[in-house]
Amino acid sequence: MQRLYGRTGRQPVREIIMDLYAEEILDHYKHPRHFGHLDAPTMTYHDRNPLCGDEIELELKITDGKVADVAFTGHGCAISRAAASMMSEEIIGKSLDELRDWNKESILDLLGIEVGPVRIKCALLPLKALKAAVWGLGEDE
Amino acid sequence: MSTLTMTQSTTSQSNGLDVEAIRADFPILERRVHGLPLVYLDNAATSQKPRPVIEMLTRYYECSNANVHRGVHVLSEEATAQYEGARAKVASFIGSCCPKEIIWTRNASEAMNLLVQSWGRANLKRGDRVVLTEMEHHSNIVPWQILSAELGFEIAYVRVADDGTLILDDLPKLLNRTKLFSFTYMSNVVGTINPVETLVKAAHKAGALVHLDACQAVPHMPVDVTALDVDFMSFSGHKMLGPTGIGALWGRRELLNAMPPWMGGGDMIREVHLTGFKPSELPWKFEAGTPAIAQAIGLGAAVDYLEQVGMAAIHQAERELTAYAMQRLPEVEGLRILGPAADQRGGLIAFTLGDAHPHDIAAVLDNLGIAIRAGHHCAQPLHERYRIPASARASFYLYNTRQEVDLLVKGLHKVVEMFTF
Repeated sequence: MQRLYGRTGRQPVREIIMDLYAEEILDHYKHPRHFGHLDAPTMTYHDRNPLCGDEIELELKITDGKVADVAFTGHGCAISRAAASMMSEEIIGKSLDELRDWNKESILDLLGIEVGPVRIKCALLPLKALKAAVWGLGEDE
Repeated sequence: MSTLTMTQSTTSQSNGLDVEAIRADFPILERRVHGLPLVYLDNAATSQKPRPVIEMLTRYYECSNANVHRGVHVLSEEATAQYEGARAKVASFIGSCCPKEIIWTRNASEAMNLLVQSWGRANLKRGDRVVLTEMEHHSNIVPWQILSAELGFEIAYVRVADDGTLILDDLPKLLNRTKLFSFTYMSNVVGTINPVETLVKAAHKAGALVHLDACQAVPHMPVDVTALDVDFMSFSGHKMLGPTGIGALWGRRELLNAMPPWMGGGDMIREVHLTGFKPSELPWKFEAGTPAIAQAIGLGAAVDYLEQVGMAAIHQAERELTAYAMQRLPEVEGLRILGPAADQRGGLIAFTLGDAHPHDIAAVLDNLGIAIRAGHHCAQPLHERYRIPASARASFYLYNTRQEVDLLVKGLHKVVEMFTF
């Protein structure tokens, strides 16, 4: 019935809505990786999802055009926090050019779950902050 | 038509409503969600619709559909009679002396924008003040902010105490230089039923008019504009068993008469020339274009239904259900209810639950067939005041039961189990 977001290759939502809270998601939510601050970040970007109050501050340390380290703080739902945690693990060592090519699919593949039209904004908030950071946008843009 | 049989005898409830009979009038309540019976606890956002309302819409479109006013054929006459008949029903439902004091709008937000853009633009200038409260819905804040940016009048706010009630100590001072005091009858977040009488008296004493946002009140309790002595009142149809797309601004006749038209177009004029126009009389002066005819008629059917059940009985039943929920919810570990005790609130409860994000709470409950709302409920300033980004909210109506509250509590235990660190 309600198959949210028809991405093939993942399970239909009806069977897995609790898988929205799959063990790995809950693990990242409860024990977020790279949560905190960097000593001397090269760039910082703050963003929020005004509809649900999710908030993220993403800090990147860039060395030789690559992500040497990353940290994030903020508050949000399990989906946005798990996405930030998983994304942080994944981007270390990646070049800014590579990250500029990242898109929605990159994050959904990391999460490995179906995310419906309402929660997609939660899942993509960390990516939004990352993209803004790697494109060097100011906070107001 | 309705299978409703209003009796003082009860089935599963002790509240004087025959809830089982009422439930049978709402087809959607037979629906299953994720394989489970729907538990609909999002009534403050919108209510479900009983069969008589749904059938009225169908019957109108099948039998009488036509544009209203000025038509000289049978269908147009029927449509007009039903449409204006609905206006009369709604007027009487809220204790207004005459139907022309009901201005149809798309919803309550539009009603408030009409008030702001017509009355506000004509009456407010730099140095004046409009008083709102910290617990207002965005629709009673943003339209004022838009106009204030242009005209330069001041907006002041009555603050909210920790328990979700208004802090009224300095109200007389706040009402200085105030042209209008606009506040909600009942908060859509903390559930507080505000002391309207006291507030109206204070406002009138200070020479200010009163606008009451009654979106959460008109559907749930007897509301009488004459007894309340307010000057304007807004509410929406879809929260009171009616269709979406219809709401109303009620105003005292002489105030509405003195207000300039807001939107121009068809139906709102008496005459138009290349050199100018004369507006129509009330209520059409404020109703440009083909209105939401079917929706108004549907709202009329909703009012009939509510009157048949009885607003006092509905209010009482909701109070009892809310008191029951207020007693059960704290069983859930880490659950914190926003707002005052049961005897000061209407049928809704917003809460936080430990560190669990309201979206996660709502998603887990949804999986159990339970519909609640999560977010800031269009009341961001109030959430800022409580220093929380969002809350979860369960809101009740005449068809909700104690069993449904039990299911909510059970579901929340599940949330705790999943999200405890």
